[in-house]
Amino acid sequence: MKAKIRKMVTFMEETHTEMGKPVSPPTRRAASAAVIENPFAGTFVGDLTELMEIGEELGSLLTERAVAALGIAGPSAESYGKAAAVGENGELEHAAAVLHPKLGTPVRKILGKGAALIPSSKKRGGPGVPLDIPLGHKDAAFVRSHFDGMEIRVNDAPRANEILVAIAVTDSGRPLPRVGGLTKDQIKGEDGLR
Amino acid sequence: MPEVQVRKRVVIIEEIFHEGGPIVAKPLRRAAALAVIHNPYAGKYETEIAGFMEDLKPLGLEMAKSLVASLGGDTKVVEGYGKGAIVGQAGELEHGALWHVPGGYAMRELLGGAKAIVASTKKVGGPGTRLDVPITHINASYVRSHFDSMEAGIADAPRADEILLALVMTTGARVHARVGGLKASEVKGEDGLR
Repeated sequence: MKAKIRKMVTFMEETHTEMGKPVSPPTRRAASAAVIENPFAGTFVGDLTELMEIGEELGSLLTERAVAALGIAGPSAESYGKAAAVGENGELEHAAAVLHPKLGTPVRKILGKGAALIPSSKKRGGPGVPLDIPLGHKDAAFVRSHFDGMEIRVNDAPRANEILVAIAVTDSGRPLPRVGGLTKDQIKGEDGLR
Repeated sequence: MPEVQVRKRVVIIEEIFHEGGPIVAKPLRRAAALAVIHNPYAGKYETEIAGFMEDLKPLGLEMAKSLVASLGGDTKVVEGYGKGAIVGQAGELEHGALWHVPGGYAMRELLGGAKAIVASTKKVGGPGTRLDVPITHINASYVRSHFDSMEAGIADAPRADEILLALVMTTGARVHARVGGLKASEVKGEDGLR
């Protein structure tokens, strides 16, 4: 494995009630995060291939763990998202190298189709910086009930020369969705949008 | 007695491979189980609250079981524990103290009569408040390698009329423990201290 991992953290949340109304079955989200060494911290490097390859490794590792935390088969996942926080000696572009070129393919392999773009966010920050991982339906980005986000943080990461990388997967949308829009039973699933 | 109403549950699992030193053969694992419950005493001073401890016992046991499951399902791997609570702003610190008995006894019972007092902390706070849950060895409070803590929290909890309850278990010493003191191998296990 190319990635030098210091620590991994998995989060699983279930919402059972909202405003006193039962949510049945509970909505569930999981996120898996890895704290890796940033091979390019502290210096400008033109070729970011190594981080792209690390992204590919983390795509499968983190997705497998998130799905395992939900206790579901990959294709039963409904929405997904990804995010990274670069420690202070790194560049935003390092997060981009991990997240964008190669991470998605293994994610989609585990979750089945995944026609939709994987929503993402990135930032630079210090240890404990919160990461708001955006969430969207994996087959149709316009499914409004699944527009969501999941906050995670790891109190001791990222250190200056590290990157915190996270993938979130759900088996449901928001707890009590009622703002209309495309619903999941209307998905055509051809263009990744509707 | 009021019924325990759970809004949300979260499980966080950390795996630590190194912290700048040699990569350990068996990563240290820490897990936290969090439950967000309605505070039946929020907004008013009530003299008699102790009965709620009894109501919280089944939840405590359920959370303790979910921690053991998160660490692989075998109670024998658990070496450290701790507990804590964050009371929403319409409650008082004393409401957090209701967690001492049900939280602590649930873990000690499940772990086969662990001897040491369960380290704890509590505070009043708003949504997103973080809690540093203290951790000590399950059979002997003085084991220095197992003095540890795990930070936990939930972005949207506790709301004003809620309490966030936390239990934590770990599988071993700090990842590069080397400051001496009583060792886990030297525990007598009679008084819960040494």
